[in-house]
Order: sequence, then C-alpha cells, then structure tokens
Amino acid sequence: MTIKYSEDHEWIELTEDGLVTVGITEFAQEQLGDLVFIELPDVSDEVSQGDNICVIESVKAASDLIAPVSGEIVSVNDRLNDEPELASEDPLVEGWFVKIKLSDISEFDALMDEAAYQEFIEE
Amino acid sequence: MGLAMTETINEFTTAFYQMHIDAGAKMVPFAGYDMPVSYPLGVKKEHLHTREKVGLFDVSHMGQVKLIGENAKKALESLVPVDIIDLPLMKQRYALFTNDKGGVLDDLMVTNIGNDSLLLVVNAGCKQADFAHLQNTIGNECEVKVLEDYALLALQGPQAGEVLAALAPESREMTFMTAKVLMIDGIDCFATRSGYSGEDGFEISVHNDQAQQLAKCLLAHEAVEWIGLGARDSLRLEAGLSLYGHELDTEHSPVESSLVWALSKVRRSDGSRAGGYPGAMTVMNHIDAGVAQKIVGLQPEGRAPVRDGVEIVDDDDNVVGKVTSGGFGPTTGKPIVIARIESAASDGTKKLFAIVREKKLAVEVVKLPFVKTNYYRG
Repeated sequence: MTIKYSEDHEWIELTEDGLVTVGITEFAQEQLGDLVFIELPDVSDEVSQGDNICVIESVKAASDLIAPVSGEIVSVNDRLNDEPELASEDPLVEGWFVKIKLSDISEFDALMDEAAYQEFIEE
Repeated sequence: MGLAMTETINEFTTAFYQMHIDAGAKMVPFAGYDMPVSYPLGVKKEHLHTREKVGLFDVSHMGQVKLIGENAKKALESLVPVDIIDLPLMKQRYALFTNDKGGVLDDLMVTNIGNDSLLLVVNAGCKQADFAHLQNTIGNECEVKVLEDYALLALQGPQAGEVLAALAPESREMTFMTAKVLMIDGIDCFATRSGYSGEDGFEISVHNDQAQQLAKCLLAHEAVEWIGLGARDSLRLEAGLSLYGHELDTEHSPVESSLVWALSKVRRSDGSRAGGYPGAMTVMNHIDAGVAQKIVGLQPEGRAPVRDGVEIVDDDDNVVGKVTSGGFGPTTGKPIVIARIESAASDGTKKLFAIVREKKLAVEVVKLPFVKTNYYRG
C-alpha cells in the first residue's frame, strides 16, 4: 500500500495490483471550504491524466477533480451524491472519490511521495 | 515578493483586524479592505450559527456619512426616489441613489438622527463614488461629513435582542428599522435594529478607539460568534435581499430589480412630491407602464449549485434571463438562485432551465425569500 500525492492536492493510494483510490488531501479540503455538491464520473469511463473527472462545488465556488493518472474508472463513491460533506469531514477515508484501473504504472510512480508533497504545500 | 508586500500595505484594515487574525480568520481583499471571509468554524456552520443563535459581523468597510443642516432632508430627496422629508426621528429607511437613466448607483440605509442630521450607510465598493456624488450634488445645501473614524458591527440572529438587552436594557424598546443611542459597557454606541441576514438584529456604529472593547463585550456572550463575509452573502441570499453589483446596477432601474416596494408613494407619479431625483421620468414610467424584466427567486432541482452569470432558458432554448446571485443555502440545504428574467417568463407557467456545464437543469420560479425573515416588529 503506497500513497502518493498530485500537485492538484489529491491523494492516490495503490490498493491492489494496478488499482488506485483517489481522494482530496486535508490541505485541499481546507482550501475548498464546505463541500455542497459533487458530480462523479460514470463507472467504466476511460480517463487520461489531467482530465477533469469530477465537479466539486463548495459554498464558495466550483472546482474540478483532475485525473492524477490515466486508466479506467472502476468504482465511484456513490455516498458523495447525497453526502458531499464526507469529502470535507473525512477526506482521507470515507470521502474518497473514485477508483481507477491504472493503464500506466509509471504515471503513478512519478507522483510525489508524502515528504515531497509536504514540501510542495509549504512553498 | 516586493509587489505582494506593497499590495498588503495599500489595503485598508478595520479596527477589528487584529481580533480577526487572533480568531483564526481567513482574510481576503474586499473593496480595498483586508476582510474576514470565514473563521475556523467555516461558512456553512457560521451561517447556521447566525440562524440559530447570534453572529457578529465586522462591516466597518461600509461607508458611514452624516448629512448635517436644515436642508439635509430636502437635499437627500433630490438624489433618491424615497420619502426622506417625512422620515420620523430615529427611524431608518432603505433608499437608492439613481443615475440620469434611472439606473442604480448604490443602495443605502438612511436614519433620521435628529438635530437636522441624517446618518447614511452605503456599500463599501461604492463609498468613494457615493461621497463624491453627495459632495458634488448637495454639498452646497448641507454638510457632507464622512465618519472616517467609526467602525460598524452587525449583531444578527434570533438571540440578538436578548444579547444586547443584557448589556443595554433600553435596546428592548427598539423595533425593526428604528435607531437609538445606547451605552454599552460604558461605550457610546449608535444602534439601528436592522441588518442584512433576514434575522432580527442590530447594526452598531462605534468610534474606532472603543471598537475592540465593544466587540469583546459582545463576544463574551456564549451565543455570539464572529461570522465572515462568506456567510453574510449566503444569509442575505436566503433572505432574498438584493446586493449591489448583482441584483442592482447602473443599467437597471429599481423597478427592473423588483424594488418597487422601496419607492415611496409620495415620490411616484401620483404622489405630492413626485419625481425630483435623477432618472425620475424613467423610474416613474417603469412603475406605471411595467417593465420587461424582473428579479425572481429560482429553485433548482437537485443539488448542483447554479452560480452567478448562468443563463436561464425556456423549453425552446430561448435565453430568458441570467443568474444575478447563485449559491447554496445552508439553511434550506439546497442550491438557491436569484435571477433577472423576462417578466413574461416569470409567472411560473413556463418550464425554465439553468445551463450548467452544458446541461439543462430544471429550475422553478419561487417567491422570495427562501427562508422566512425574522424581523422584530414589536
């Protein structure tokens, strides 16, 4: 189980062979403020690294969840449809967004580790 | 780095700046001021706290100006479509500065404070222009005195009356849109029973030197929390209150912004002091002949917020309007919208949609406000 981080303030956890879970970091949820609406992608959507895959609306504004890796959406956290606040209150566990079947493991390997991410947000 | 530091120095701060920092506020630039947008509680909880208990808002960035002199009332009447001459002592009234086209330069609160004086509170973003407008148009008829050294606090929420009565028992006599000089913790304050949250509450003007002491005194009550500008906006949106730059602008008359209620009978075409303010012909014609567009509330289906600037279309994809304020209502638990739409599309018989991310979301015309207002009328 390896956790990596993107410059878009997402955490990406390699759970099984070639499958990653994606959510937003504590830093991201603090910046976004209270979340009120999340639009999830469809299961089996093919996504490329950098694609906008979810809409995240806070009390303040709309932003996007960016695909940190390329692959196929194999699962989405349906609870976020009715309880978007989960992504604010528990972003690292209950508030996960999607699971992606990686198409290129090197994209995952190139993401930041925890130490690099900490340094990134302190800049 | 040099540039960023210069920007910080150029920004104004209010008398409460250090208290906001100490309270952990997230500060943002707003109308030239460094203002608290939210506190650690967060916008949603701050909003709900104000609906349930009492919120304290720093609104010192707003402009406070006195008009002094025996002609002050008459002079102000030449700038607004509102009855000022018969505004009773210690009563407050909502007014609008109009331009020659009948558009709105700003909206304001006017209080008759006695001794031939009026106290005006104007929007932060418009205040320099408003001060110049007053000086240029009526500066010869009365003294225009900007209160540079005064702070303004809004105490809003269902328990605001209780909180203030504990500190100043004489505030119990105040009803909605009235004013009183109060002594709070030994501090001279000028309070009006009004605000912009839809709740009962007060706006309290105080000299900068005593401002922090007053805020600390109010915050000492367990029901009172600092509330930021983020929640101030969602509270006024739920209360269906217009915001300058959104529902009000120089291009639309007060009638086109559904503010006919604010235009005094005596200043309308059949009134005894009809007209006599900038753009009066246009505004009176709009009242008498009706207008092609109006401000309405819209309730979107589902949870997706519909933001400012989103186009409203009918079943045949004709654009019939635009969102002026859109967001999420923490009290209603749903997205809420105020929009300017064609009058013909506003009667609720037509199906309307908001275009959000290229999708048509159904919206329904609803009566404003979204949340029942809770003013204290005695």
